[in-house]
Amino acid sequence: MTNREDVLLEDMEVVWEKPHTLTDVRMHYCPGCAHGVIHKVLMEVIQEMKIQDQIIGVAPVGCSVLAYHYMDIDMHEAAHGRATAVATGIKRYLPDKLVFTYQGDGDLAAIGTAETIHACNRGENFLIIFINNGIYGMTGGQMAPTSLIGMVTSTTPEGREVYTQGHPYKITESVAALPGTYYVTRQSVHTPTAVRHFKKSLEKSFKYQMEKKGTCLIEIVSNCPSGWKMTPLESNKWIEEYMFPFYPPGDLKVDGKLVEKKILKSAESRKEA
Amino acid sequence: MSEIRLMKGNEAAAEAAIRAGCDCYFGYPITPQSEIIEYLAEHGRKRNVVVMQVESEIAAINMIYGAAGAGARAMSSSSGPGISLMQEGLSYIAAAELPCLLINISRGGPGLGTIQPSQGDYFQAVKGGGHGDYHLIVLAPDCVQEMADFVYLGFDLAEKYRNPVLILSDGALGQMMEKVIFPDYDVNKHRSPKPWATTGKTPDRPPNVITSLHIQSEEMEKINLRLQAKYRTIEKNEVRYETINTDDADLLLVAFGLSSRICQKAMELARLEGIKVGFLRPITLYPFPYDALNKLADKLKGVLVVEMNAGQMLEDVRLGVCGKVPVEFYGRMGGIIPSPEEIVDILKKMI
Repeated sequence: MTNREDVLLEDMEVVWEKPHTLTDVRMHYCPGCAHGVIHKVLMEVIQEMKIQDQIIGVAPVGCSVLAYHYMDIDMHEAAHGRATAVATGIKRYLPDKLVFTYQGDGDLAAIGTAETIHACNRGENFLIIFINNGIYGMTGGQMAPTSLIGMVTSTTPEGREVYTQGHPYKITESVAALPGTYYVTRQSVHTPTAVRHFKKSLEKSFKYQMEKKGTCLIEIVSNCPSGWKMTPLESNKWIEEYMFPFYPPGDLKVDGKLVEKKILKSAESRKEA
Repeated sequence: MSEIRLMKGNEAAAEAAIRAGCDCYFGYPITPQSEIIEYLAEHGRKRNVVVMQVESEIAAINMIYGAAGAGARAMSSSSGPGISLMQEGLSYIAAAELPCLLINISRGGPGLGTIQPSQGDYFQAVKGGGHGDYHLIVLAPDCVQEMADFVYLGFDLAEKYRNPVLILSDGALGQMMEKVIFPDYDVNKHRSPKPWATTGKTPDRPPNVITSLHIQSEEMEKINLRLQAKYRTIEKNEVRYETINTDDADLLLVAFGLSSRICQKAMELARLEGIKVGFLRPITLYPFPYDALNKLADKLKGVLVVEMNAGQMLEDVRLGVCGKVPVEFYGRMGGIIPSPEEIVDILKKMI
C-alpha cells in the first residue's frame, strides 16, 4: 500500500527547501528561540554563496555550544570567551579560508572581552556573529554583561542595579570605534523584514572577508523566552519595547567609517537608561 | 646541511622551531623566555612562520588551539606564571587530541616569584596542571643542544600521538650559551597527514569538528578510555632516560634538566673520594622511567634525588624504587642552584 503522504509529496511542487548546509539533526533550542532562525539564515547564505568548502566556524560556550551538530561545515568548539582567539589561530594559518565565530553576550562581552577587543583591534579578517539576548540562557538565566538596568535574572532577583552589577556593556559600540573593524552592525531576526536585513548583513560580511577588509561584527538583538519567562510572542515584543531603545538596530560602521547618527542616538539612549 | 652555532638555549629552541617547520607561534613576553619570541620575530617571519605577540597567554594558547585544529605545527613558549594561564587551553587541546608544542623556561615560584631558574613546575607539567584526566608528553633538556633537539622531537611526538608536548626547561638553560648543532631535517618527511583538520568541508567527507564536549556520560567515558589507552601506549614506547656509572654503583643520583648537570659533577667528585655513585637522568618526565629505576634499585644501597624545588620528581622516584632502598632528597628553591659540593656532602652521609 502506498503511503498517502508520499503520494501527496510526489504531486507537489517544491517551492522551498531547507539549505543542505543545515543538517537534519533536531535542534535543542527552546520554542521561539532565535538561534534556530539565525542558524538557518547563516547556512542559507553559505549555501547560496557556494562557500561551504571554504568556511570554518567557531562555536562558543553558551546555548549554541552544539551549533556544529546543526551546521554541515567544519567547526571548532572554543572554550568560553576564547572564540576570537581560536578564530585568529585558524585564520592566520589559513588566510584564504572564510572564518566566523558565533558567540553569545556572556562569551563575547564578559569572559572573552579581552579576546574580542584585541581581535577587532588587530583587524582580524573574520566575521563575529554576536547574539545578544541580555541573559545567560544555557546556565539558567543569570545576568549577562548586556542585561538591562532593572532586568530580573536569577542572579539579579530584584533587578540589575548599577552599584554592584555595573552598566550594561555596549561592546558593539566599543569595537566599532576600533580602526581594525570594517563593518559593524546591529540586527535582529524577530520579524521577516528583520531576517531579510540580517541576511544581507551576512552576505556583505563574507564578501568583505573575501576582499580582506578586516573584522566584521554583526550583533543580533535576540530573545530568550525561557530565561525571560515569556511566550515567544511576548519576548519579540519585549525586544522592541525594551532592548531596542538601549540597543538600537542599524549599522554602526560601514566601509570602515563610523555611522555618526547611530553612535549619537546610542549615547542618548544610554543617558535615558 | 647541518650547521654549528653558539647560541643561548632560548635562541636555539627558536631556531630549531623554524627548521622543524613551525607554522605558527603565538606568545606573550615573560622573563626569562622572551628571547624565543624575539628571535622568532626577527628570523621566523621571513622564513614563513606566523609569529604573533598577542594580548595574553590565554589568547596565545587558544590561538594555538585554533591553528593546530586547522592542521598547523603550532607552538608557544612562556615561563611559570604564563604557563599557569595556559592550563585551561592545554586541557582543551589534550582533550581534543591536537598536536602542539609548548616550552616552559621555568622560574622560581610560587606566585610572581623570581626570574631565576627553578624546577618548581614539575607537578604542573607532569601531573596535569589543567582540569581533567590528561597528560602532556614532557621532555626535559639538560643543555642547549637538547633545547634545539627536543623541538624537532617534540613536534614529531605531538603529531604521532596527537597530543600536546611540553619542553620543561628553566631560566639557566634558556639564558646560557653553548655550542649547538642543527641537523638536516626534512619537514615534509616528518609532517603527518591531518585528515581531521578544519580546512573547509569538501563534498567527499563529513564535516571535521574539533571539540572536547561530550555531554552524555557514556560517551565522555569512552573518550576518556581512548585517551588512557593512548597514554598507556606512550608509556610503553616513549620512555627516555640516560644512565652513567650504574654498573658498580652503591648510590644513585637521580635528577632532571639543569640539576642533572650538577649531579654529574657531584658524581665525579664523589668517585674521586671512593664513593661508588651512579647517575640516572629522566629525559621524558612523562612518561617517567619507573621500570628502569625499579630494576636498578635491586643493586643499590640508596638513592639521592636532587631538584631545584621542594621535592616533586621525588614522588615519582619513590614510586619507581618502590621501597626497595631508602630514597633521600636534596633541593634548593627560589632560584638557587645547588653546588656539586653540597650534593657530595649528602652522599657521604648516606654511606
